Amino acid sequence: MKNTRVALLSMAAATALTLSACGGGGSDELVEDPAAEGEGGDAAAASGESGGAQDGEYDIALVSKGFQHQFWQAVQSGAEEKAEELGVSITFDGPASETEVDAQLQMLRSAIERQPDAIGYAALDPEACIPLLEQAQEAEIPVVEFDAGCNTDIEKTIAKTDSLAAGALAAEHMAELIDNEGKVAVVAHSQINSTGVERRDGFVNKIEEDYPDIEVVDIQYGDGDHLKSADIAKAMISANPDLKGLYGTNEGSAIGVVNAVNELGMQPGELTIVGFDSGQAQIDAIKSGVMAGLITQDPQGIGRATVDSAVKAIEGEELPEEIDTGSYWVDQSNIDDEDIQAMLYE
Amino acid sequence: MTDTTTTDAAATSTAPTAAGPGWRQSLGQRLQQALAFGTLIALVAFFSVASPNFFTISNLSSILLATAVIGILAVGTTFVIITGGIDLSIGTGMTLCSVVTGLLLTNMGMPLVVGVLGGIAFGALLGFVNGFNVTVLGLPPFIATLAMMMMAQGLALVLSGVRPIYLSGVPGFQQIALGQLVPRIPNAVLILFGLALLLGIILTKTVLGRMTYAIGSNAEATRLSGINTRRWLLGVYALAGACTGLAGVVMASRLSSAQPQLGMGYELQAIAAVIIGGTSLMGGRGSILGTLIGALIMSVLINGLRIMAVQSEWQTVVTGIVVLVAVFADNLRKRRAEGGGPV
Repeated sequence: MKNTRVALLSMAAATALTLSACGGGGSDELVEDPAAEGEGGDAAAASGESGGAQDGEYDIALVSKGFQHQFWQAVQSGAEEKAEELGVSITFDGPASETEVDAQLQMLRSAIERQPDAIGYAALDPEACIPLLEQAQEAEIPVVEFDAGCNTDIEKTIAKTDSLAAGALAAEHMAELIDNEGKVAVVAHSQINSTGVERRDGFVNKIEEDYPDIEVVDIQYGDGDHLKSADIAKAMISANPDLKGLYGTNEGSAIGVVNAVNELGMQPGELTIVGFDSGQAQIDAIKSGVMAGLITQDPQGIGRATVDSAVKAIEGEELPEEIDTGSYWVDQSNIDDEDIQAMLYE
Repeated sequence: MTDTTTTDAAATSTAPTAAGPGWRQSLGQRLQQALAFGTLIALVAFFSVASPNFFTISNLSSILLATAVIGILAVGTTFVIITGGIDLSIGTGMTLCSVVTGLLLTNMGMPLVVGVLGGIAFGALLGFVNGFNVTVLGLPPFIATLAMMMMAQGLALVLSGVRPIYLSGVPGFQQIALGQLVPRIPNAVLILFGLALLLGIILTKTVLGRMTYAIGSNAEATRLSGINTRRWLLGVYALAGACTGLAGVVMASRLSSAQPQLGMGYELQAIAAVIIGGTSLMGGRGSILGTLIGALIMSVLINGLRIMAVQSEWQTVVTGIVVLVAVFADNLRKRRAEGGGPV
């Protein structure tokens, strides 16, 4: 009995350790990789060491939510593109995964200590970042936000996709595709982080307000894990034989839905699938007709807008409270268009 | 139809287990298996009544497929847990192996067989390193495999360039998990049951199996009786590692891609399945059949709750409760057995 208790305790400790240890350990060496590989790598590294403007160049420190997801790699490339255009130097940092709030705060702290001309920040946790942003304000470093904001009163701008509007756009297209009636379900990636919540709410609210004959029968969360999302989607399809549409709120969720339909041997189009974000598998699914379409954001646009507003903030220009970088519907008809292609990534 | 096959596979793997390792727990163990199997049947019955959409061929097939990856990890790691060890690296290790298979099949253009065997062999290598760290360096299994878990996660990201490796262009690869040699049963399920049968035989009929129980019951006594416990432990970890590699191949096949960011947390689900199946975390006791039933209990439970549209949050809570109840029931039984019951 006692032995078992010890064993169970050590299991609990294992879980806790696993989570925290991986938070600290994994990130440090990995973070430098994409920065070094990216085009602006050299400039970024140089400015990182000098800590301030050199040759009259502004030094802007960007702290993102991660780099693992290709979305953030696209944000980074947009930021680097704008930085080159404006002749400023940037650094781009982010934790190994989007659960590592602590590791990210440490990066923000280091960025503030470096005394750059401006900081660009995407909050993983809207509360934990407050003291650090106040510290930045005291140090008179202007802060602009991107993708997700911090709940402070400090005046600042944020460049992001309006996720509620994006979710509503998904709902409009879903409704059109299923002729404004029938059952639909949502495979979401998070019930906590703001993109997960807003993409879900934007969709569900729009359906409830404008499409009385459509019923959202179930909402489940697969953490963006392809395998888990596939199993969830299969259970939803089993539970609702008359289901007409499924909406996946990010890449992993949407691919899970696509895999579910493939595994069940359903015909393309038998179920209307609306996805989100980008990635090779979703692009293939649209081209083959398994997925009706997806909502894409403009990650490079977010990167460009962040650097652009950071420069404006340094120069004391007035900035809007929010810059919506937009969301777009992609389907078979426009997937090869040049301006859509620019927003998709493999 | 699906159900018949399940029972068949379960029955075939009962044979070696029931024949027993000859250790004193064999009666108690059968009791525990009966309890677990009863729980499984009760869950299936409950959900079948609760929802007309649960007991359908298509849904049962989905449940079996959802069991495959976790099940393969769980039956492999059952060996490690019976020795009194633990392997936290199986989740991210699985991911690393899927990345290795992905690279072999795409970047290096290797034939399918090489990619698959390469992934499994790489898993065995990871397991061997774990075993080396535990036996030769004398690290506690918890620490050695925790370190491996982190290294595997990092290596999977580095080797893949932090990008998914798409395998839809590799002919036949998706058939490994999703082909249907038996109609309606995805191959991944056959792989799981075949592996369970093989491991069941190894655990009950071979020297490696006897050593696994002996080390878990009393490593010191085993060593003092002149047995090279290090060598056998290395074998156990390598075997569990090979299963990790196989799970990686099956997962990559099911997803038609190697996803380097997945895997974390799968180890705990696999360990939970092992525990629900009646294997003791203290070592010396456990069975492959139990683990298989444990893995099925978990996926039936999760699928059933999803079919009933229970909130995700509550699904996790319920799974936790089942782990607690399983361990508690096992304890009660064990205490009764020790307190004068048939030993």
